[in-house]
Amino acid sequence: MYKRRQHRSFVSYIDRSREYYAAQGYEKPYAWPHYDAVPFAPLSKPLAQSRVGLVTTGEKPDPSGTITMEVLLGREAYAEPMDPPPQSLSTDLLFWDKEATHTKDINSFLPVNQLNGAVAAGRVGSASARYYGIPTDYSKSRTLDRHAPQILKWCREDGVDAVILTAL
Amino acid sequence: MSLVARHLEENGLATVIVGSARDVVEECGVPRFLFSDFPLGNPCGKPWDVPMQQAIMNMALDLLESAWTPRTTVQTPFCWDNDDWRDNFMRVDDTNREVLAKEGEARRKFQAEMKKGQ
Repeated sequence: MYKRRQHRSFVSYIDRSREYYAAQGYEKPYAWPHYDAVPFAPLSKPLAQSRVGLVTTGEKPDPSGTITMEVLLGREAYAEPMDPPPQSLSTDLLFWDKEATHTKDINSFLPVNQLNGAVAAGRVGSASARYYGIPTDYSKSRTLDRHAPQILKWCREDGVDAVILTAL
Repeated sequence: MSLVARHLEENGLATVIVGSARDVVEECGVPRFLFSDFPLGNPCGKPWDVPMQQAIMNMALDLLESAWTPRTTVQTPFCWDNDDWRDNFMRVDDTNREVLAKEGEARRKFQAEMKKGQ
């Protein structure tokens, strides 16, 4: 049986956040990046011979296990070992639906264990020795000029062939 | 995240984004996108649902292998338990307009103080 909908089903975060921040008194809406042209790199070798890396928007907790707004505003990309698999990441100050769900299960947003399962099954050649974290930065230029090149550098150091990016 | 995927791809690494903010990712334009129509927070599957999480990983790997052209979006077959979140997230209406305006004011004050301290 079908459902009846007068609007598209999926939420437009561009529309929703624009209206929300306008209600908070921000006069200039955020300008989301748009490209007409999209790059495309096919897999360079079969997946069963490839090394796969992971990128998350989750934040590495500081030694106290918490993260402050001050840290969040100045944060950089990071790389951390995949083994042993991380048990949790800090997500409290990030943008996600805290009423509808939770992030207590790290496997729901950073699939280290799932990737290890695919390696064990022979589907993927190997997992990168490190996973990588990027800030969801308001500044597109910081993402393009600093964070993205840093992630590429780490991927190359780790011999990564393909990357799964999981966005909170 | 989309900008990072594009950068990696421009430099020869195949990528797939796994996420739930469909309009944000597609508006930017990425090579491969595995979309779950979930509230933001669990792009890899519902918490503690191991079979769903492994299935989503397998679909991401399928997409890496099978996409032949950029802007390939695949939607997973999974549904959230209810649809309430669709309207509730970042809702703006007469019940919260005043609160939101005050929150914005406080945030701008905090940001101004942060700038001064730098």
